[in-house]
Amino acid sequence: MKTIMKYVVADLIRNKVIVVYAIILAVLSFSVLSIDENPAKGLLSLLNVTLLFVPLISILFATIYYFNSIEFIELLLAQPVRRNKVLLAEYAGLTISLSLAYLLGVGLPVMIISPNLAAITLLMSGFLLTLIFTAIALLIFVLFKDKTKGIGAAIAAAMFFTLLFDGLLLIFIYSFNEYPIDKAVLGITAFNPVDLARILMLLQLDVAVLMGYSGALFKKFLGTGTGSVYVVICMLFWVLLPLMLSVRVFRKKDL
Amino acid sequence: MPRLIITILFIFFAYNGNTKTIVVRADKANAIKNALAYCTDGDTVSIEKGLYKEQDILVSKRITILGKDYPVIDGVKKGQLIVVVRDSVIISGLQLQNTGRSSMTDMAAIRLQNVKSVSVTNNKLVNNTYGVYLQNSHYCLVYKNTIRADAKDELNSGNGIHAWKSTHLLLQSNNISGHRDGIYFEFVTDSRIINNTSTENIRYGLHFMFSHKDVYSRNSFINNGSGVAVMYSKQVEMYYNTFRHNWGDASYAILLKEIADSKIEHNLFDKNTVGIYMEGTSRIQVLYNEFVENGWAMRVQSSCDNNVFEKNNFLSNSFDVATNGTMMLNTFNNNYWDKYDGYDLDKNKVGDVPYYPVSMYSVVTERVPTAMILYRSFLTDIMNRVEKVMPSIVPDKLKDDNPLMKSLKLR
Amino acid sequence: MIHINALTKSFGSFKALDNISLNFAKGRTVSLLGPNGSGKTTLIKSILGLVIPDKGTISINDKQIGNDWQYRSHIGYMPQIGRYPENMTIGQVIKMIKDIRKDNVQYDEELITQLGVDKISSKTMRSLSGGTRQKVSACLAFLFSPGILILDEPTAGLDPLASEILKDKIIQECNKGKLVLITSHILSDLDGITNDVVYLQDGKLIFYKSVDELQHMTSETKLNKMIASVMRNEHTKTADI
Repeated sequence: MKTIMKYVVADLIRNKVIVVYAIILAVLSFSVLSIDENPAKGLLSLLNVTLLFVPLISILFATIYYFNSIEFIELLLAQPVRRNKVLLAEYAGLTISLSLAYLLGVGLPVMIISPNLAAITLLMSGFLLTLIFTAIALLIFVLFKDKTKGIGAAIAAAMFFTLLFDGLLLIFIYSFNEYPIDKAVLGITAFNPVDLARILMLLQLDVAVLMGYSGALFKKFLGTGTGSVYVVICMLFWVLLPLMLSVRVFRKKDL
Repeated sequence: MPRLIITILFIFFAYNGNTKTIVVRADKANAIKNALAYCTDGDTVSIEKGLYKEQDILVSKRITILGKDYPVIDGVKKGQLIVVVRDSVIISGLQLQNTGRSSMTDMAAIRLQNVKSVSVTNNKLVNNTYGVYLQNSHYCLVYKNTIRADAKDELNSGNGIHAWKSTHLLLQSNNISGHRDGIYFEFVTDSRIINNTSTENIRYGLHFMFSHKDVYSRNSFINNGSGVAVMYSKQVEMYYNTFRHNWGDASYAILLKEIADSKIEHNLFDKNTVGIYMEGTSRIQVLYNEFVENGWAMRVQSSCDNNVFEKNNFLSNSFDVATNGTMMLNTFNNNYWDKYDGYDLDKNKVGDVPYYPVSMYSVVTERVPTAMILYRSFLTDIMNRVEKVMPSIVPDKLKDDNPLMKSLKLR
Repeated sequence: MIHINALTKSFGSFKALDNISLNFAKGRTVSLLGPNGSGKTTLIKSILGLVIPDKGTISINDKQIGNDWQYRSHIGYMPQIGRYPENMTIGQVIKMIKDIRKDNVQYDEELITQLGVDKISSKTMRSLSGGTRQKVSACLAFLFSPGILILDEPTAGLDPLASEILKDKIIQECNKGKLVLITSHILSDLDGITNDVVYLQDGKLIFYKSVDELQHMTSETKLNKMIASVMRNEHTKTADI
C-alpha cells in the first residue's frame, strides 16, 4: 500500500490543479492576512475560504481523479495485491497531496504572519475537511459507475454540506425554537462535517459568546475541552465511515 | 497616597511618646488575648512566629499589632479572629486563617466595627469566611493584604473585603481570590479602590451597591464567576482597570444597573462573555476603552439613555453591540470598529459611511439563541450581506456616524 | 492451468456470461473471439478478479480463486486501454509495478529493449501517444515472465513493427510452456500465433476448438475465413432444427 501511495503522491504533486490550488490558497492567505492590521480578521476570511472551497475542491478533484484512474486501478488490481490496499492507497495518496497543498497554501502564510491557537485550529479544520471530502469522493467513486454521474453527485454533496444543510437546520431551529432543542441541534450538526469544522473554530473564536447562552449543555459541553474533542472525534468518524463503506462496496465492485 | 497615610499615622505615634512594646510568643494558650489585656493605648504588640489558636480577639485599645515572619492565628473554624472597636489601630504582618462559619453572623478574619483611621496592611488571610470586614468605619486603609479562600458555593461563603456603611476608605494593592465577592461595597461613599487584583471569586470580583462617589482604578478583575457588578450608584469613576476572562451565561466584565453620572475610561475588556452590560444607566461616559475578543463588547439595553461611547477600540469581538429594542438614546461616535468595512475617500481618517455596530446575526441570536450554532457559516454570511444592503431588522438609530479608520493607541 | 466451471455473470438484466465452462492448458495460445458485448472482456476480468462472478468457479493451477489475491502473481495482464497517472514517467511506472511485485526479482526486459521503451523512460505518461502506452502495457505484462499472459486487444493501436515484435514474443513465450489468452478484433493478427479459438456470443460459449480442428473442418487457412465458415455452418445447423 505504501508503495502505491508513494507513486500516487509523486504523480499528484506534479499535477497542475494541485499546484494551482496551493498557489491560489497561498496568495489569498498572504493577502488577507497582511492587508489588515488585525490578523484575527484575516483568519476569519481564511475560515470562510476553508469552509467553502476546501470541501468543494477536495470532493470535485478527488472524484475526477478517481474516475480518471479507473484503468490504472484495474491494472493495479491485476497485480498480486489486495483490493482494499489499492483503494486505500489511492485515497491516501490523494488526501496527502490535497492536504499538503492546503497546509502549504494556508498553513505557511498563517504560521508566518499570525501563529496562534486559532490558526492551528483553522489548519486542523481544513486538514480534516480535506480528509473527509476526499473520503466522500471515494465513496461516490465506488458507488457510481459513470464519471458524469459521479461528478454530479460530488457537486450535489458539496452544495448540500456547505449550504443546504445549514438552511434546513436554520429552519428547524426557527420552527422548534420554543422547545429545548440544544441537544438535538448539537446532535444534528454531527451529520455535517462542514458544520463540525466551523464549530471547532467557533470554540476557538467565539467561546465567550457560546458561554453567554443559558443552555447548560452549551456551557458544559462547549466551554470545556470536551467540545473540541467531541467535534474532532465526529470528524474522524466522517473520515472512517466513508472509507469503511467504500472498502465494503469496492470488495464486490465489478470493474 | 497610602504611604502618606501611613506616614501620618507614624508621626502621630512618635508624638505620643511613652509607649511600650510587648512581645508575644506562642508558648501559652491565649497568649495574644493576655497580651492585649495587659497593654495600654499607644503600645505595640509584637507577635513572634508561631501558631496561635485563638478566636474573637477584641482590640479595644489604640495599639499596633505587628507580626514577625507571619505568625499564624488560627480560628480552627470557630468564631472570628480579630475584632477592632477602637480608632487608629494598626494590624500588620499576620497570617489569619480558618474563621468559623455561621449563618447568624458574618465571621471575619478582621472586623472593623465603628472605627476611624484603622490600617490593615501586609497580612495574609487564608480560608476565612470573610477577610476584612469594615462596618460603619471611616478613613481606614486596607493595603497589600493577600486574601484567599476556596469557596465552593455562594451560600456558605463570604467576601474578601466587605465594607458596609463606611466612607473614605482606601483599598490598595490587595490580592483577593476564591471568595464569594472579591470586594463588596454597600453604602460606601468617597472611597477609592486602587491596584487590587481580584480573581477566581465565585460571584463577583467587585460588587457594589448604593455606593456613590467612589473611584476604581488600575484594578484587575480576572476569571470571576460573574465579573463586576455596579448597581444603584452615582458618580462612580472607573479608570485603567483590566477585566479579563469573565465567562458564563450571567457573566459580565461589568454589569451596570441604575448607574448615573459616571465615567468608564481607559479600561481593558479582554475575553469576557459581555464587556459592559448596561441596564437603566444614564449619562455615563465610556471613553478610551479597549474591547478585545469579547462575546459581546457591549450589551446596551433600551432602558439606557444619554450615555456616550467615544474613542473606544472594538477588536475581534464576536459581536460589538447588542440591544433588546429599537430605541436608542445613546451616542456612539468616533470609535474604532474592526468590523467596519467602509471607506475614507476624503482621507480624514474617519469613515465616510456610518457603522452599525449591531450585526444582523446578533439580533437573530438574541431572539433564537440556538441559532448561534450556525454563526460564521456561509449561510449566515449571506444573510449578513443581504441585511447590509437592505437593513430590516437591525436598529438603524444605533450607529457610529464617524467611525475611525485606524485603531486608537490606548495602551 | 485455468479451469472455469459454469461461470455466470449478469450486469442488471444483461447476461454477460452465461454458464461458461472452459479449460485452458499450458503451452497454448488461446484466442477469445466474438462480437462486441459477447463477454470476452468480462471473462478476462473474471479471471483477473476484477469482476466478481455471480455463479461458477475459476481455478488457477488447481486453486480456486475466491478472495485470494496471490494467484495474480502468476498472471501478466495487458489491458485494452492503458491509462496511467499523467505525471508519472514510463520509468516510474515500470519501477512502481516492480515494487508492487516484490516477490519476483527475475525480470524479462526483452520487450522493453525491443520496443525501445527504455530509450524514452523519462517521458511522462501524459505526453505519450496511445500506441506508446500500449507498448508500456505490453512490457509490463511480460516483465515478470508469468505463467499466464492475458492480453486484451494487444495489437490495437500498435504500429506494424511493434505488432510483429509482440507477436514473436507471444509465440516465444507460448513455446516456453506458458498459457496466453488473447482477445482481438483483428483476426489476421492472430494468424500463426493462436492454437485454440474460443468463440463467445451473447455471453454463451459457441465453440472452443483448436485451429487444427477448424482447419480440418473448414479447409480454410486464414483464421477469419475459418471463423466465418464455421459461423455459417452453425447458423444453418440451428436453422435446420
